[in-house]
Amino acid sequence: MTKQKLKRVDLIFSKEYSCDKILATSLKKPKEEIIQMLMDSGLKGRGGAGFPTGLKWKMAAAEKSKRKYVICNADEGEPGTFKDREILDQVALKVLGGMALCAYVIGAREGFLYLRYEYRFLIPKLEKILDTFHKWMEDYDLDFTVKLFIGGGAYICGEETSLIESMEGKRGEPRNKPPYPTQEGYLGKPTVVNNVETLVYTLMIMRIGADEFKSMGIEGSSGSKVFSISGDTPKAGIYELELGMTLDDFVKEFGDGDTKSVQVGGASGFCVPRKRFKEIHIGYQGGLKGFSIPTGGSMMLFNSSRSMYNVLHNYLVFFEEESCGQCTPCRVGCQQLLKGVEAVKRGEKNQKYLNDLLRLAETMKITAKCGLGQSVANSFSSIVENFREEMIY
Amino acid sequence: MSKKMINLVIDEIKTTVPEGTLLLEAAKSENVKIPTLCYHEDLCIAGNCRVCVVEVKGWNTLLAACATPAMEGMVVYTNSPLVRRARRDILALLISEHSTQCTTCYRSTNCELQDLAAEYNIDNEIYINLLKDKIFTVDRTSWAIEKDESKCIRCQRCVRTCAELQKVNALDVINKGAEMKIATFFDMAMSDVVCTNCGQCINRCPTGALTERRYIDEIWDAIGDPTKHVIVQTAPAVRVALGEMLGYEPGVRVTGKMVTALKRIGFDSVLDTDFSADLTIVEEGHELLQRLKRKLVDQEDIALPLMTSCSPAWIKFIEHLYPDYLDHLSTCKSPQQMFGAIAKTYYAEKKELDPKDIVNVSVMPCSAKKFEANRMEMKDSGYPDIDLVCTTRELGHMIRQSGINFKELPNSKYDKFMGESTGAAVIFGVTGGVMEAALRTAYEIVTGREVPFEGLNITPVRGMEGIREATIKLEKVLPDWSFLEGVELRVAVAHGLTNAAQIMDNIVIGESPYHFIEIMGCPGGCIGGGGQPIPTNEEIRRKRTEAIYTEDEKMKIRKSHENPEIIKLYEEFLGTPLGEISHKLLHTKYTRRERV
Repeated sequence: MTKQKLKRVDLIFSKEYSCDKILATSLKKPKEEIIQMLMDSGLKGRGGAGFPTGLKWKMAAAEKSKRKYVICNADEGEPGTFKDREILDQVALKVLGGMALCAYVIGAREGFLYLRYEYRFLIPKLEKILDTFHKWMEDYDLDFTVKLFIGGGAYICGEETSLIESMEGKRGEPRNKPPYPTQEGYLGKPTVVNNVETLVYTLMIMRIGADEFKSMGIEGSSGSKVFSISGDTPKAGIYELELGMTLDDFVKEFGDGDTKSVQVGGASGFCVPRKRFKEIHIGYQGGLKGFSIPTGGSMMLFNSSRSMYNVLHNYLVFFEEESCGQCTPCRVGCQQLLKGVEAVKRGEKNQKYLNDLLRLAETMKITAKCGLGQSVANSFSSIVENFREEMIY
Repeated sequence: MSKKMINLVIDEIKTTVPEGTLLLEAAKSENVKIPTLCYHEDLCIAGNCRVCVVEVKGWNTLLAACATPAMEGMVVYTNSPLVRRARRDILALLISEHSTQCTTCYRSTNCELQDLAAEYNIDNEIYINLLKDKIFTVDRTSWAIEKDESKCIRCQRCVRTCAELQKVNALDVINKGAEMKIATFFDMAMSDVVCTNCGQCINRCPTGALTERRYIDEIWDAIGDPTKHVIVQTAPAVRVALGEMLGYEPGVRVTGKMVTALKRIGFDSVLDTDFSADLTIVEEGHELLQRLKRKLVDQEDIALPLMTSCSPAWIKFIEHLYPDYLDHLSTCKSPQQMFGAIAKTYYAEKKELDPKDIVNVSVMPCSAKKFEANRMEMKDSGYPDIDLVCTTRELGHMIRQSGINFKELPNSKYDKFMGESTGAAVIFGVTGGVMEAALRTAYEIVTGREVPFEGLNITPVRGMEGIREATIKLEKVLPDWSFLEGVELRVAVAHGLTNAAQIMDNIVIGESPYHFIEIMGCPGGCIGGGGQPIPTNEEIRRKRTEAIYTEDEKMKIRKSHENPEIIKLYEEFLGTPLGEISHKLLHTKYTRRERV
């Protein structure tokens, strides 16, 4: 496996091509061809979970139902992630174009843009853009309309089935799977839920072709991705980078020279200590020697002035509150991890208790009901394993 | 169309199940027991406790057996080291947020969490006790239901019960994360919300978080007070379920032993709610006929269909949710209350007792009866009709406390009077029973003949379907009832408040074709009541139902109006059905309530 150097890419925010033309051309292609292009490109969901986008569309397209839905998941709530906000602010038409492409492929006539409550300042702008978009739809003779749906502010609603539940007026809680949303989603109809960035990439792949997209990145993690870079860095901000770079290259570019660790993937992601920067790639899991770490875009850098105990404590406080509370491992597990690290720090529990908690974290990862519950313990495990002494002293 | 079959392997056992079968059911069919907490046969799948997780080859995570359908080629392990460890961790987590004062818990020895904790040898010291910094108060505002948050494991069975079976939605989930809990609207007091006191949530609560409000101590005090004459009445459905509290399988009739036990416990008089069930039938049967006459002959604007009023959960349901339709309700008090009113008047007179010295205790399959007994209007004799209500479960506890060896008891008969009963009264305990009893009497009043069903068994109104209907044509009627000649009497029966709501919605849109409707608040009727032994499921309810019908068939008298004590009661005291004294003592009115 060749190592990927850090490379800047300019697809998402590029104003070079007008997206109505890409869309117009794409809508003339056979649906199967579009699905095949997406599958060939290796595009995976950019929200963090990394499900192959082409496959998701293919599954929804195969469902026999008169009603289907396309939902753009703009409930960007992972701590440290702020790229969808920028994409919607800058290039919302491309997002809508991706939705239209999906609607065409799967046979949906209605779509929703599920906007995070905290992003409601975007509403006036988005409403204007929607007018333009709906005119396009008339021009292209595509029976597809998109409505805005404003979330209530719960982190869990970024999880696609919770998002759907909340759209149906219910409490935002993950559903049991199967059935998957592509089979029974919004109002029980086949539904594709895609992240903001993923939708833009589908359109970009139509523009540059699957091969060129796949030529970027590494095996199993092709293409580029938008990163939200924050923390102890002189260059905080949003960057579109080719996937597959090592953390070492990443830190050389964005670090402040004193980087102790990088939290990849936000509060539910993994903490990588300096000693492992050279071996860890940014991408999706699978197909790599060593291993790579997925991210929804959040990259938080910490330098030696930071207490990793405080970092972890902060995450755990967040999850203790933002777990939906439905399933036992997540609801009680998060409380136990938080109370547990506090007790060890205060000396009320022996440091060996961290081993019990690490074991609990493993149970949480395999027993929680949803993807969130399965990932809340990631930061705990990776921080405690790598910075154990900071947890105790 | 036959279903597609799925092949899978569970714990090395090859098995084939129809498509759509859940792993839990598939395992059960191979005699592999998977532990559950949030799962309940009567309710939709939640998949939130995660105790039922199993390992499936090729999957990165464990899967909830209650929520995962069997898939072709699956290789499932229900007892691998990973599974056992995960289950222990999950149970330990649940226990860390649960008050583990089992010794003082009402549900001790009948608690699903306790059972699993024992099964998995959970070490209570693994995790930090999350309750220690929190202050909990038990909500004891309701006459019927106590809610103790410190024992809640958030399985949401109560929430699903209240929503799916009862369509009441008094309980729901509020907050998220660590603060997530089961609560009423804005966490208001249980006494102030739409709760119908049906107690179905209690029957499905795996722990002691929801229980009936107990009156055991007060009952013992009354028994021990020499100045009091303590009467106990037992409802029809108690005798077919009490055995479950005392070591019997579901469906065993223990009427005779129960009466003996009550006498030994020290009640001054052991009487039968069946007596007043017969009285209810006579009053309500006449009320139906009178309403039909006023509607058909006098052309009055009278509310029809007439609806039964025996089930206090149903009464509170309609008061909250359909307050504009209260005139459809029969004005008859329930058998419990009629009994109380007669006991403190006629009975007191006969026994030369001062009604103030009488304590009326009733044993009910029901939690809502506790609320009913405390309704302001239920004291027409000048004294409360009923003083203390206990459930079948509480009676089970009292018998255990008394040291009686229940299984070895001889049978006894109820005391006289107000202890005589008929088969018609016994079947009050099941859905359709009041209707059947009423038809046996009303048909005979109108035609002078028995109902035209073999063995008096009106099978169309029996069964477990949510809503059932029947039509009886009235022919060759007696001269007094000539206006009913040729009329097809249309009746319906519904049990469970979700079905009641469906009946009501049809009345609201003016499309209800019925003359008379029986509604019971609980699934299966009183045999499935909120005061009955735990657990409950369809099979248990079916067995109790069969026991009730057997009891009916074994009765000498099977029609309410032939109960000799009832005939005597009218001769000596009440005069005629719907007469002046009846009106004062046996009939009531209803209250409009808000939906909160």
